[in-house]
Amino acid sequence: MSILVIAEHDNAELKGATLNTIAAAKAIGGDIDVLVAGSGCGAAAEAAAKAEGVSKVLVADNAAYEHQLAENVAKLVADLGKNYSHVLAPATTTGKNMLPRAAALLDVQPISDIIAVEGADTFKRPIYAGNVIATVQSSDAIKVASVRTTAFDPVAAEGGSAAVESVDIAEDAAVSKFVGEELAVSDRPELTAARVVISGGRGMQNGENFELLYKVADKLGAAVGASRAAVDAGFVPNDMQVGQTGKIVAPDLYVAVGISGAIQHLAGMKDSKVIVAINKDEEAPIFSVADYGLVADLFDAVPELETKL
Amino acid sequence: MKVLVAVKRVVDYNVKVRPKADGSDVDTANVKMSINPFCEIAVEEAVRLKEKGVVSEIVAVSMGPKQCQEQIRTALALGADRGIQVETDAELQPLAVAKCLKALVEKEEPQLVILGKQSIDGDNNQTGQMLAALTGMGQGTFASEVNVEEGSVKVTREIDGGLQTVELTLPAVVTTDLRLNEPRYASLPNIMKAKKKPLDTTTPDELGVDIAPRTKTLKVEPPAERQAGIKVADVAELVEKLKSEAKVI
Repeated sequence: MSILVIAEHDNAELKGATLNTIAAAKAIGGDIDVLVAGSGCGAAAEAAAKAEGVSKVLVADNAAYEHQLAENVAKLVADLGKNYSHVLAPATTTGKNMLPRAAALLDVQPISDIIAVEGADTFKRPIYAGNVIATVQSSDAIKVASVRTTAFDPVAAEGGSAAVESVDIAEDAAVSKFVGEELAVSDRPELTAARVVISGGRGMQNGENFELLYKVADKLGAAVGASRAAVDAGFVPNDMQVGQTGKIVAPDLYVAVGISGAIQHLAGMKDSKVIVAINKDEEAPIFSVADYGLVADLFDAVPELETKL
Repeated sequence: MKVLVAVKRVVDYNVKVRPKADGSDVDTANVKMSINPFCEIAVEEAVRLKEKGVVSEIVAVSMGPKQCQEQIRTALALGADRGIQVETDAELQPLAVAKCLKALVEKEEPQLVILGKQSIDGDNNQTGQMLAALTGMGQGTFASEVNVEEGSVKVTREIDGGLQTVELTLPAVVTTDLRLNEPRYASLPNIMKAKKKPLDTTTPDELGVDIAPRTKTLKVEPPAERQAGIKVADVAELVEKLKSEAKVI
């Protein structure tokens, strides 16, 4: 068996999600090749070659892949994927955008968000906002799957010495163009990779009050997340949303502040090791999953928490 | 221009579903069904484009058993002009849905196809991307803003780090994120009017699509239960427990 892993990167840097995806590939077993498609992405390719368990790194360095437009990258992945038994990508927005497109070009039904490998063709994945775990078996010749990164421990980033090979395929579907992007800037750790996450909900009342959470986060080296209610109310940008339709996190410690705990939010955080809930409503559903619950007004409790850390 | 909107009938988002005791499937008997929330946003966006004068006709399509006509009627009550049901009692996987949609796209020739980014039952997030692949169209997934221009559409997408804007040549496929719009409620007169709007039915066979499933669900089970925790009295106790008991800070 041979597995093609699609790297998540921003041309300069290989993203951690790639290492979790390689771990899922290791669980399947077989030779693991990593594809780095980008423009000026040599550094990301070098980093991929050092990852543990990688046999070969394929680099497609071309202007057409600079912004990872799905139309171009999916064609490349479908071209290369024909020679593999499995094609895996992390279930990030980039992976979710590109992988189903590549699968359709290969005439394959992809499997989204796998959380466990049961065999070369059998995987577990959550459905219904994580309330049900389905075990699915693929009958397709090529198994195409996106990997829920929080479900697999990353392989070591150093120690490997894979050969780097360049791929000379330039796919330009010419139906899409990158116009621009607005990326949120933050000194705090990335939400999906953070060891501690502190999230605020509608109970925060406004965007300024999130400052309370930022202070605690800085003391804990934590990332700050939010519920959909807080995002929709405009308190914080949408890339901070944790939940079924936002990011899936599984940190060592998740602190939910002023979050009721709707099904859709729990879908994004209930695999956290320790969950703390601070809420003044003792009936809030979040308390049914919290290891430690504190019934208190967050405007008293959070500043006090900050001073006690 | 014409817009095709795909809508799906799913278990209502407020219902907490459970697997059947034998683990064969999810128990959906006597459960409230609704239009998938992301599909509702897709219909709303199409209606807004029509109100702006950009779109002349909205065709709503759904696939599945007879009952999914209810969801098409909902789309018609929200402002779609006519409906198409692809009727089948068989299990439909995203690849099969995308192939049926491709057949309909070839027949109807819409300039824009709008879908939800994912259905809240299967949580696949695949159909729009697969339709775009099969038709060779550009794709604007996870859209939070859509601007139709002459011959193209600009789509602002929600990505992990923030927002990204792409420009797609028409015809194109767009999938909706939650923040694209706030869907309206259907008024009673519009619900009554929707009953008179045309709704055609077809089948995967008539469309010439092989819908044989490619993956098999071996079993479904509930996720590992979390043990109920404890309530602490104050912040001091919380910090103490996190340090000495949970050892996470």
